[in-house]
Amino acid sequence: MSIRITTPLTQAVAKTLHAGDQVLISGTIYTARDAAHKRLVEALDRGESLPIPIEDAIIYYVGPTPSKPGAVIGSAGPTSSYRMDAYAPRLMALGLRGMLGKGKRALEIIAAMKAHGAVYFGAIGGAAALLSRCITASEVVCYEDLGPEAIRQLTVADFPATVVIDTEGNNLFELGVAEYLASREHT
Amino acid sequence: MKKIQTSTITEHIRNLCIRANYKLPESVATRIRACHENEPWPQTKETLGRLMENMEIAAGEQVPICQDTGMACVLIALGQEVQIVGGDLYEAIHEGVRRGYIEGYLRKSIVSDPLRRVNTGDNTPAMIHVDIVPGDTLTITVAPKGAGSENMSRLAMLPPSAGRDGVVDFVIETVKLAGPNPCPPIVVGVGLGGSFDVVAGLAKKAVLRPLDQPNPDEYYQELEKELLTKINALGLGPQGFGGESTALGVNIETYPTHIAALPVAVNINCHVARSATIVL
Repeated sequence: MSIRITTPLTQAVAKTLHAGDQVLISGTIYTARDAAHKRLVEALDRGESLPIPIEDAIIYYVGPTPSKPGAVIGSAGPTSSYRMDAYAPRLMALGLRGMLGKGKRALEIIAAMKAHGAVYFGAIGGAAALLSRCITASEVVCYEDLGPEAIRQLTVADFPATVVIDTEGNNLFELGVAEYLASREHT
Repeated sequence: MKKIQTSTITEHIRNLCIRANYKLPESVATRIRACHENEPWPQTKETLGRLMENMEIAAGEQVPICQDTGMACVLIALGQEVQIVGGDLYEAIHEGVRRGYIEGYLRKSIVSDPLRRVNTGDNTPAMIHVDIVPGDTLTITVAPKGAGSENMSRLAMLPPSAGRDGVVDFVIETVKLAGPNPCPPIVVGVGLGGSFDVVAGLAKKAVLRPLDQPNPDEYYQELEKELLTKINALGLGPQGFGGESTALGVNIETYPTHIAALPVAVNINCHVARSATIVL
């Protein structure tokens, strides 16, 4: 049974989510990957404000394919999240509430998530054609020169994801594998 | 002597880039279906169902299976009785990639310099390998390769004393270190032997060999089976959330090597193990 959540994602709601929960995300989310994160942090270093509202936001780590004529967006599945580990704590300190990607996170990221009450969601890596069906609007917000790495504002409806690491630091990558291996020993 | 125009090559490369990104090779699709059928862990069996659904949408709507449409790896087996006419073969390949990625609405993921990092805007240059082979045919394979899995690949120059066990340990360690990052269920290509440069090429060749074609040498066929069993026993499962389906297959390619060397390379591919081939 999936839990429906809508953006902005408040800390109160974030704290109710647990590693392993299936969620359906609706509302506005923002895309950003390597190069965009670098620029966001550089903007902060210069004392500038961010080009997106970061408080209670969800950032989707994705660089979509170009949209075909008439389509809202191209294929849009998650990219590996660890490459954003160098930048994510700065954004969490400003209120970033959710990160949506795939793959492992560093221990410092998990510590920052616990400190700031943030959640890490996993989308199905490689299911990009399927996931793009849940995106109902897409608009470039900034850094258009970065091409697929530009920051986009997406409207999503029932976008399926799994809570991978929750606000208490529980990690499905450890729990899921351990649970499966334990089930094998019993059979 | 058989002549092939570079313009013909460009056209085929264009089409192969698009085809490879929209539809998986049958041997890969078959393995994904088999994993879904056999996955004992209900929590992640559903994920494999989603992957099948995704494949169907991509093929049906003619859109990319994955948003990372990759580096365009182009492998050419050029018959020595074939003459390429009409221009530069390499430029013809780059032009085919350029057209395929633009006209096929594929993502442009190449930066012109590894440190200064400016997107080239058309996914060129391609990563090109040319082999000269006997005969009068030209075989072109386009294998788009995403960075998520490519970044998890590793190479080691083991001492010969490490032997078979050392190779097994290195492969398993590579898969464990990669964990959920390369989008399991993965395809594992293992290169053994040769030199530092050759072994990486062997791993590439291995990862591209159809999954229904085991190594013809029974010794390595056994090793492929053993590695697959050991990898799936890790329990990583689809997306690394637990389960049996960690790998779709393991392929090994070998080459003679130095008396003092045991090079091993592991090239990892995600479940979107793309390639498309044509023989001219």
